[in-house]
Amino acid sequence: MACFLVPAAEAAVVTIVEKAVSRREKEPETVEMELDGGIEEVEKIPFSRKLRWLSNLLWGGALLLMFEHLWHGEVVPWFPFLTAAADPADAAVMLHEMATVGVTMAVVVTAAWLCMIAAASVIEKRAVKTVPAAE
Amino acid sequence: MTLLVTVFAAVISTAVWYKNAPENEMKTGILCWMYWGASLMWFVDAIYEYAELGAEYFSPAPADMLNDLFLGLSVVALGLIIWIAVLLISDPKGVVRASLFRKKKDSERTEGIG
Repeated sequence: MACFLVPAAEAAVVTIVEKAVSRREKEPETVEMELDGGIEEVEKIPFSRKLRWLSNLLWGGALLLMFEHLWHGEVVPWFPFLTAAADPADAAVMLHEMATVGVTMAVVVTAAWLCMIAAASVIEKRAVKTVPAAE
Repeated sequence: MTLLVTVFAAVISTAVWYKNAPENEMKTGILCWMYWGASLMWFVDAIYEYAELGAEYFSPAPADMLNDLFLGLSVVALGLIIWIAVLLISDPKGVVRASLFRKKKDSERTEGIG
């Protein structure tokens, strides 16, 4: 009914946090890494960039889900925009769906993002480790 | 069916992104984020639906399946429209700018011919 609103709200919060973090971030730390068969000096992935991955996932998914709700007539381009919001009984069902399906969606996307961060960290550590220590 | 179509779109766009990475001139990353985000969300939706319907979830009525397929394809089309709009507006290769604004020498030459 309006489950996509929960990930969309999370996306808005993450975007604000990302902007704040990127403003406070200093020059990204550089490390030597094995890249394209040679040793290159590269910048470590800043946290703001990792936050952008999450906001991209959330915004992208919420946008396409909003289209699905438009398709099913659950979202309309006039007030109150959500057809279920016009009727109190439907509104209760909608809020229950948001609290269950919507929250689970946000949690699953965030969990997938955490897995991505963990994988990126492992790749980064492994690539740095393969570089022979400077004499 | 919508989930299935979106997952296929996500996998294909990721393969295209991987082929061109680390160059990101075509901005295919946008498609990956959109389709993977939607796939994860529809996956959750599918789990809830499965919990409600049980095995019946896997044998939808042909009319529902067709509608879901139509929806899935429309979602993919919407994603592609968003991607092409972002690509043309950001214009990383400068193609749009180059075709809109001709260099002064080129336009003089064209006028001379005409």
